[in-house]
Amino acid sequence: MNWEIVIGLETHAQLSTQSKMFSGASTAFGAAPNTQASAVDIALPGVLPVANKDAVERAIRFGLAVGGENAINRRSVFARKNYFYPDLPKGYQISQYELPIVKGGEIRILTKSGEKAVRLTRAHLEEDAGKSLHEAFRDSSGIDLNRAGVPLLEIVSEPDMRSAEEAVAYAKTLHSLVRWIGICDGNMQEGSFRCDANVSVRRPGGPLGTRAEIKNLNSFRFLEHAIEFEAKRQIDILDDGGKIVQETRLYDADRDETRAMRTKEEAHDYRYFPDPDLSPLEVSEKWMGEIKAKLPELPEAKRKRYQIEYALSLYDASLLTDTREKAEYFELVCRSLEGPAPKTVANWITGELSALLNDRGIDFSQLLISGKAFAKLLDRIKDGTISANVAKEILHGMANGEGDADAIIAKRGLKQISDAGAIEKIVDQVIAANPKQVEDYRAGKEKAFNSLVGQVMKATQGKANPAQVNEILKRKLAG
Amino acid sequence: MLNASLNELSAALAQKKISSAELTQLFLDRTSRLNGALNAFITVDAEKSLAQALAADERIAKGDAKPLTGIPVAHKDIFVTKGWRTTCGSKMLSNFVSPYDAHVIERFNAAGAVILGKTNMDEFAMGSSSETSFYGPVKNPWGPAYVPGGSSGGSTAAIAARMAPAATGTDTGGSIRQPAALSGVSGLKPTYGLVSRYGMIAFASSLDQGGPIAKSAEDLALLLNVMAGFDERDSTSVERAAEDYRRELDRPLAGLRVGVPKEHFGGGLAAEVGKAIEAALAQLEKLGAKRVPVNLPSSGLSVPAYYVIAPAEASSNLSRFDGVRYGHRAKEYRDLADMYFRTRAEGFGAEVRRRILIGTYVLSHGYYDAYYLKAQKIRRLIADDFVAAFKQCDLIVGPTAPTVAFKIGAKAADPVQMYLNDIYTIPANLAGLPAMSIPCGFGKDDLPVGLHIVGNYFSEARMLNLAHQYQKATDWHQREPGGIRP
Amino acid sequence: MPLSLDEVRRIAQLARIGVSDAEARTVLVQLNDIFELIGRMQKVDTEGVEPMSHGQDLKLRLRDDAVTERDQREGFQSLAPQVEQGLYLVPKVIE
Repeated sequence: MNWEIVIGLETHAQLSTQSKMFSGASTAFGAAPNTQASAVDIALPGVLPVANKDAVERAIRFGLAVGGENAINRRSVFARKNYFYPDLPKGYQISQYELPIVKGGEIRILTKSGEKAVRLTRAHLEEDAGKSLHEAFRDSSGIDLNRAGVPLLEIVSEPDMRSAEEAVAYAKTLHSLVRWIGICDGNMQEGSFRCDANVSVRRPGGPLGTRAEIKNLNSFRFLEHAIEFEAKRQIDILDDGGKIVQETRLYDADRDETRAMRTKEEAHDYRYFPDPDLSPLEVSEKWMGEIKAKLPELPEAKRKRYQIEYALSLYDASLLTDTREKAEYFELVCRSLEGPAPKTVANWITGELSALLNDRGIDFSQLLISGKAFAKLLDRIKDGTISANVAKEILHGMANGEGDADAIIAKRGLKQISDAGAIEKIVDQVIAANPKQVEDYRAGKEKAFNSLVGQVMKATQGKANPAQVNEILKRKLAG
Repeated sequence: MLNASLNELSAALAQKKISSAELTQLFLDRTSRLNGALNAFITVDAEKSLAQALAADERIAKGDAKPLTGIPVAHKDIFVTKGWRTTCGSKMLSNFVSPYDAHVIERFNAAGAVILGKTNMDEFAMGSSSETSFYGPVKNPWGPAYVPGGSSGGSTAAIAARMAPAATGTDTGGSIRQPAALSGVSGLKPTYGLVSRYGMIAFASSLDQGGPIAKSAEDLALLLNVMAGFDERDSTSVERAAEDYRRELDRPLAGLRVGVPKEHFGGGLAAEVGKAIEAALAQLEKLGAKRVPVNLPSSGLSVPAYYVIAPAEASSNLSRFDGVRYGHRAKEYRDLADMYFRTRAEGFGAEVRRRILIGTYVLSHGYYDAYYLKAQKIRRLIADDFVAAFKQCDLIVGPTAPTVAFKIGAKAADPVQMYLNDIYTIPANLAGLPAMSIPCGFGKDDLPVGLHIVGNYFSEARMLNLAHQYQKATDWHQREPGGIRP
Repeated sequence: MPLSLDEVRRIAQLARIGVSDAEARTVLVQLNDIFELIGRMQKVDTEGVEPMSHGQDLKLRLRDDAVTERDQREGFQSLAPQVEQGLYLVPKVIE
């Protein structure tokens, strides 16, 4: 019998503000322990929280991006989630419970099997806890509260995903979106974007199974492996007639397995109640309108537009819109073009240019080639000045800061030979020097033709116009 | 000098009849003589106080003085005070020297006032008798066998015994007004949000409000001018233009509609207290005020609602006392959980532990709706009662407490009897309204009775007006306890 | 509905307050008295009443996003029972 895997994700995105959710302490990563823990963050007696406007604005931006104005609760409430843990200085976390700032919305993902909408339950503002260091001391844990109070948006999906692949696609799309709208730097090593996965299995169409929550997933690969391991673990138990226990599990990347957390979670009783220190958060239509007006065109809208405006496939459009910088670069190039079609631009950007960026470990913001310069390079292919192969070489030169396409072509003498007379002369020489290949070709061996073309290109150091070489060679051999 | 009003002290300082250092020394001396008997102060630090007094004298000499410059003020030990031990009446904070100042302390410092010391109080402000302090009970200057009321009993006792000319307190369910009544002094709890809670150690955040304690309404107005004001560090602080709370003191009472809620004159009110209140009402009518009967039908539910809401918030507010970053930590423990259990069992007294347990229970799974949510709805009904009442009257007047001061230990074993002491004061906290208590006579054993005045939101000036006019016509507020022997 | 001794122990556990058995028994009696007082609320019809969870009906004031705090670790940690290498120390936590 087969099993269906059911996955929902809870994602914590750190909002990219300068200061904390409820205090004026810095959120900069990597400071010495407790040097960014203010009186409010260490919960001295008498201190009070004051909410960060930019954190709230970022949450609203997210809500507008995933669900428009309907996804924004005009009135939301900060609540206290009470539990004791040494890295939780107040003994409660300020979060949102009954009334989160964002309700509903969806994330559209693309997998091998096509496009799919994953529904969002909610997204709420909260503060992060501090960090417990368990390894540094023998009998003690050390507590660093620099992280305590850092603003987070917890984004909760419906259990709409059915495979690790879908979960990863969702996480990647969400990761791309939060960076796109500028609310989170997406740095997963630094913990700015982390996922908890709720995994269960069931008979297709049957009622939902008991779920396990896997924490500590700070890479897409871990997310994938953890879900695969966990689903298999549950299926094995059920196949053996066992029962799944609802529990929190940790993913151990070294062993590539999940294990139950040892801290006994005495029946979660967080005793949520509205935080009396913070009045209800109200979002006026005016404020929301201002935020909406500043929102960039979203990846989904761009994907749709690219398919219509530029006649691109959904696949190409998706590749171009995985980061805002890439999409904006694409559009910039297209606007500066004279000759080639957007499809050519898309191929170059998602192919050669992305490979180049990857090799150099840089992103579009660090690329030395302006969109206009890139467009000119492609124009030079279209107008026959250079071949596509030579263009790749020029591209690297441009990325090294050697100048624009025309300058490199001139400097390196890469201009394509399109003079028919000159090409004919070389073709004649090649035919004379390779009687065997000529004979083979005339005997019907097509391969011999390619070899002859190669000889011509070699003789011209790749500068001969390939189309012209083909045409002249064919004519001469036929003659 | 000990009986002088703040205005008189201010004038004496301005005219160089006395220096702030001399004045401060005068009160320090009296405090050192009387504190052994009354236990009104937890911490006195003459050196620090005198240094501030000398700075005030320089300021006065430079002609840079404000109305409170050079005047010693005793602060309830709930306001964190930089460089001063701030205990909140608890063992938990017995070693806590605050690294920062409460907003209220900052404002007094900016005004040039002198910190005279930190006054005793019920532990974490939980109590109506000032008996639950880790530092021992406060004695009532009108009779040392009696409680001074609480939780700001140290401050009210200090004023009554003339150990300080002015003091601060906090009021969550009556903690300024009830001890003011039982100690025969004047005290005011402002509208919620008027005085910043920043640096005021939280008991129940939606109810807590700091306010002044003094001998007269006139003094309270002067103190409130300093204490009130917007603070961006408190999200519940109200943004309002500064006002002079003295501005209506001299307004005649003619035409003032004084509402008298019949619910506050029923069973449970001691006859002698009722009599004193009736006399005060008659006095107010004589001054031109019009008596209007009003109803507060839900006020009988205020004590039950309060004993859900306040402990719920307190249970959460007091979770930060875990022995990790400051305060008491148990000497011995097996592991982390044991460290928490012992630290908190040792650091908190019985009443605080009891309220934390109540609060934890009413918020816990399965009980939230029946208790916490229900109490919040009743809170709304109580607030609505006042909205209706203030359509018919300008101020509401009645008894502050149902009885005069009771004996130390009399109610310690019976929390419910203790809680019922605040039956008339709690509704104003639940609704967020300003309220005050002024002396209006004496009852059994010559113990003082307090007159309770509740105003509409931000009507402090009008309340002070009524109180001042009453105090101009009577001398209850000038009576001094006779029994204090140094 | 009176509380049980087990419930007293459960809430003491949640609140991280150690209670001896004798103490739990005393507390139980007092809590039941208090809950009898509190129980008076239950008779009142509050259908449709908006709960009041704050001291006043105001909207939340928000602050601008700016770093206004400087490092005060040394002063703050002088208050702490146990500190090493800038970290607050607690008995080892096992996850």
